[in-house]
Amino acid sequence: MHEWALAEAVITTVEEIVEREKYEEVFEVSLTIGELQQIDTGIMKFALKHLKEGKLKKAKFSIKMHKASFKCNVCGNLWVFNKNKFNEEVSEAIHFIPEVSHTYIKCPKCKSPDFNIVEGRGLYIQKIRGRK
Amino acid sequence: MVDPRISIIDGRLRGVKDIIVVSSGKGGVGKSLTASVLALILTRRGYKVGLLDLDFTSPSTHLILGVRGLNPTEDKGIIPVEVFGLRHMSIVYYTKDKSTSLRGEDLSNILTELLAVTGWGELDFLILDMPPGIGDTTLDVIKYISRSRFLLVATPSILAFSTVQKLVDLLKSQNITIIGVLENIGRSDTALAKHVRDIGVKYLGTIPFDDQIEGSIGNVDKLFNTEFASSIEKLVLPNILEAR
Ligand SMILES: Nc1ncnc2c1ncn2[C@@H]1O[C@H](COP(=O)(O)OP(=O)(O)OP(=O)(O)O)[C@@H](O)[C@H]1O
Ligand SMILES: [Mg+2]
Ligand SMILES: [Zn+2]
Repeated sequence: MHEWALAEAVITTVEEIVEREKYEEVFEVSLTIGELQQIDTGIMKFALKHLKEGKLKKAKFSIKMHKASFKCNVCGNLWVFNKNKFNEEVSEAIHFIPEVSHTYIKCPKCKSPDFNIVEGRGLYIQKIRGRK
Repeated sequence: MVDPRISIIDGRLRGVKDIIVVSSGKGGVGKSLTASVLALILTRRGYKVGLLDLDFTSPSTHLILGVRGLNPTEDKGIIPVEVFGLRHMSIVYYTKDKSTSLRGEDLSNILTELLAVTGWGELDFLILDMPPGIGDTTLDVIKYISRSRFLLVATPSILAFSTVQKLVDLLKSQNITIIGVLENIGRSDTALAKHVRDIGVKYLGTIPFDDQIEGSIGNVDKLFNTEFASSIEKLVLPNILEAR
């Protein structure tokens, strides 16, 4: 699963931060995940739990989802992602590489494929709470 | 906010011994053909090879190889397609070769995503086919994979050299290894060799126009039998194997 790759990336990065900022122990890590990423949070949490060790052993991982929205670069129209519009193959493709939404989504107003993903891509470490 | 994808890139490429970037700056000079044929030749020599198409708006290595009906699989990440003995990865597996308009930030995100989640396993060589231009993708490769070695392709035109020269400046300023400049669709009497040597870069030789190429696109056996392929084998291969 792709979730495992992302979980591994999270753990590696948190470990780097722990090292750099000299944490003794981490209690909580807050993550935000964009809707376009269509992460299975169950699998993600399972993977994180499985991979955490050392100073992260007791850390709790909280995951917040961000709705995806787009802004057209041609007409300025703003709209939100509606995942029910796509079949499984397209959903899978967007799940792996959110930017391929440019292949399958067009501005509903002017039909341009030139839009920005305003929110809803990526996976970010928002906050780490722990003891130094 | 920290993007965790960045810190795993090195780890993902840990099993890859050598990363060869086929680039030019100039468009249409034969980068994709060179990258694909080089990947095939190294594979036939018994090396474990990966080919990553980084031309996200106009991928072409899948067409040159003739990949059909295959898809990457999942196993704690994305496992590239196995085809003709090499591992191939391209955005085309997700765009289904439909038109995909991307701005700079999108290009960067795709590159980061692919580098962070693709599991290449153990490889002797990973070949990167670059898009034309010296923009986001080139800068990201330099930033994230500084151990890359660049193989530059140019045509005899002074216009191609002028662009390659700018790329050479950038690579030198970042201490990136340049394998050399390969002249493609060349003649024997061009000034490119001298220009290249004058800027302190190795000139690898010239590949003539090969009228067998167009009919060999998409057919690996035919590609192997072209003059283009024997030229790559003669001019490029020794320079790639030498430093190892
Ligand atoms: N030596 C050659 N003889 C004949 N045709 C060639 C030769 N080298 C390349 N070509 C042809 O020239 C065209 C451009 O080659 P290719 O797509 O590999 O260039 P490129 O540098 O990757 O282009 P782009 O900048 O668009 O990515 C293709 O049709 C290819 O088959
Ligand atoms: Mg190309
Ligand atoms: Zn619009």
